[in-house]
Amino acid sequence: MKRGPIARALLILFFVGLIAVPAVLTRVSAHRNKTHDSAESAMTRYGFHFTEVSRQAGVNFTHHAPVLDPKLASIMPEVASMGASVSIVDYNRDGWPDIYVTNSREGTMNALYRNNHDGTFTDVAPQLGIADVNKTGTGVSMGAVWGDYDNDGYPDLFLIKWGRPILFHNNGGKSFTDVSEKAGLPKWMNANTAVWFDYDGDGKLDLFVGGYYNENIDLWHLKTTKIMPDSFEYAKNGGCKYLFHNLGGGRFDEVSAQLGIKSRRWALASGAADLSGSGHPDLFVANDYGVSELYVNDGKSFHEEGEQTGVGFAPKSGMNVAFGDIFNQGKYSIYVSNISESGILIQGNNLWVPQEGQSGSSLHYQNMARDLGVELGGWSFGAQFGDLNNDGNLDLFLTNGYVSLDRNKSYWYDFAKVAGGNSTIIGDAKNWPAFDGRSLSGYQQKKVWLNDGAGKFEDVAQAVGVTDTHDGRAVAFADLWNRGVLDVVVANQDGPLLIYKNTVNPQDKWIEFQLEGTKSNRSAIGAQVTLFWNGQQQIQQVSGGSGFAAQNERRIHFGLGKNPQIEKAVLRWPSGEVQTLDHLAPDQLYNIKEPE
Amino acid sequence: MSQQTIAIPPRQPARGWKKWLSLDNRFVPPIFITLILLGGQLTYGILESYEKTLLAIATAIVVEMVLGKIFLGKFPHPASAYITGISVGILLRSPAYWPFAVCAAIAISSKYVLRYKGRHLWNPSNLGICIVLFLLPASVAGLSIQWGNNLWSLVVIWMLGAAILWRLHRLHISATYVVAFILLAILRAHILHQPVLAEISPITGPEYQLFIFFMITDPKTTVRSKLGQSLVVIAVAVLEMFFRFDQSVYAELYALFWIGPIAMLIEMWLNARRVKAPAPQPQMARP
Repeated sequence: MKRGPIARALLILFFVGLIAVPAVLTRVSAHRNKTHDSAESAMTRYGFHFTEVSRQAGVNFTHHAPVLDPKLASIMPEVASMGASVSIVDYNRDGWPDIYVTNSREGTMNALYRNNHDGTFTDVAPQLGIADVNKTGTGVSMGAVWGDYDNDGYPDLFLIKWGRPILFHNNGGKSFTDVSEKAGLPKWMNANTAVWFDYDGDGKLDLFVGGYYNENIDLWHLKTTKIMPDSFEYAKNGGCKYLFHNLGGGRFDEVSAQLGIKSRRWALASGAADLSGSGHPDLFVANDYGVSELYVNDGKSFHEEGEQTGVGFAPKSGMNVAFGDIFNQGKYSIYVSNISESGILIQGNNLWVPQEGQSGSSLHYQNMARDLGVELGGWSFGAQFGDLNNDGNLDLFLTNGYVSLDRNKSYWYDFAKVAGGNSTIIGDAKNWPAFDGRSLSGYQQKKVWLNDGAGKFEDVAQAVGVTDTHDGRAVAFADLWNRGVLDVVVANQDGPLLIYKNTVNPQDKWIEFQLEGTKSNRSAIGAQVTLFWNGQQQIQQVSGGSGFAAQNERRIHFGLGKNPQIEKAVLRWPSGEVQTLDHLAPDQLYNIKEPE
Repeated sequence: MSQQTIAIPPRQPARGWKKWLSLDNRFVPPIFITLILLGGQLTYGILESYEKTLLAIATAIVVEMVLGKIFLGKFPHPASAYITGISVGILLRSPAYWPFAVCAAIAISSKYVLRYKGRHLWNPSNLGICIVLFLLPASVAGLSIQWGNNLWSLVVIWMLGAAILWRLHRLHISATYVVAFILLAILRAHILHQPVLAEISPITGPEYQLFIFFMITDPKTTVRSKLGQSLVVIAVAVLEMFFRFDQSVYAELYALFWIGPIAMLIEMWLNARRVKAPAPQPQMARP
């Protein structure tokens, strides 16, 4: 080595500086993550806070995880880690949102919590016939989505199962009838996601269902232990995808293959929205063990364009699909949750933001999760966009946590050891080390990311009262007590159903729209409202299922901020009808029926 | 990984048409690792982005050129820095860009800082990756993605890698390590009552392919003798086993981090002793 001691000293300084960079950044990051611990200060600072009120509201529901074939006993916490779901529905059309939740152990009951209009709820699922749906030999519930498939005005229930899927017809809010056989549903599937949408615009709701495990597997009576994904990034041995075309008269035709949906990836979440601006709803599918898929709908068939649009290139562990116009520019961004575990697996969640000025065939997305601060959420599951503090910007609520058992013992080492191996090893459950009561990304803190409207999200979960550390799965938003605020319901795996009642600064205004289709499907699923106020616009839609195993209230909620000047609302119905509403006032719920 | 200078006997320069078909050994490892990268990326999309890998490569080469010019008085051959950069680009996983640059810079500059008696002690990319994994677990992780997990891609990479290492006279290092790992995996499975395939599983993943073909065979940071090289990788496998008992996810990287420089120092010490020892006196024939 040439050069004298000064050059050497500078070199050593440079080297030490490089090593110090990670350490300094870690300290800065830790400092940033410090939270405020006063609800009052949160109200002052952020304009809202949550209170968990499930017990006061009479909701005492605990989810129970599946217990599958004894051959899987050693890794049961991993393979039976889903099933807690929540969907919001006004099943009896009384104008107050009700809550449907699933259970997932054979013999357990699902619950439909009817809103009593006084802050409490009553489980009416048993008398309505939609509770005892996890009978031995029929599989167990994984989720539920509601849509009025026969346009009689009352939302019907599709029950997503590992087992025999069920379509329940809503008999005027008085009872439900199992119409699965008449509808032509398969005898068995192992699905975790479904979404109602009218893909062909014929005014009748169609149904997409995404399979997870192969449908030929009965998880309670295994013939083989070779049921696991054949890759943790490129698995294509998952369940079938179904697209049930609504023929009318309560009958459906399964058309997925003929319309271009042939994937065998392990679907966990799906959502439908007109992303390409074609007037037809496109379908976004988040897959575990692989890339996401974007099925662009040209009105006649679907074309998988995940890779071309940028959302389907890097394989991760997709577990959520939520759409939100986070920049108030009339375009949906898409939030897909994945896994991040410090020092082991940093997939990062994806926030797919459409590139400026692009649509149609040139549609392209850029992942801006890191830039906006919504990237790291632990073992992330369900997430939803909504304006939680009515300031006019869509915020993001994320629940997380995979398996919370022994706090001091982690399964991550064994998980990583096998997951990185060859397909012949990871594909066989008997090669997986026993869980032995250990946790896997357990006891995680939730994220309530507040959108500052200037391109940054700040996690305020602890400050605003979201302090639980259950293994969260599904999140759904609803204005549960018709107060003009979004409350949050969280379904936890093997844990309690939580209701976070929202208190918002009343100076921040709101407006809501309850839509009913006439030419379009009566649930108005797929209808879009673009609200113009204070020189900005925000688009939202009526959803037939979003997040993970969840469905928000169909009513559309906009926060407006202080002293809003509303210009207009432009409604685009699934039929193509465009309707403009003027003279709108804040703090009002508008019931809008599609013009005949 | 800094193996641009392969410790093999000098070859006679090829003449005529053979000159065009004979590949300089310095280029073999870079070409091999580039093929692995491109094959994995084009078939399975193993990289989060080309940009991050290019950033690591560019950083490694720039730092190497600058430090080489300053401290060696010349621009070093870029093959070593290229391999270090590409290894960082493949082995490191982070949604952010800056860890790739920082890791590559740490790796290359360590060659100029952490030296003893004219030799650098740590495998550069091993050191860089271990440091960022240890100090920045919230932002980076090691490679967890696979080349599709299928058997054929595994077989192709292993066969190609073995052929190249044979050409470079370093196949015994990798072979010894593989045998040691498998035997110790069976032992671990027996002790921990785990499925044997679960313990063997890591070596079928891509991280180990890079570790076995590029890291432990690095001529600059391995000892000279064949026996010594084999003993060193056995020691790496043994220490790795203890790290695995402690459930360390990056056991093999950390094991090499400790064993590599210790082995180098021992070799230097032994060499110094040989030099100091008096030359043996010729014995007089007894009458």
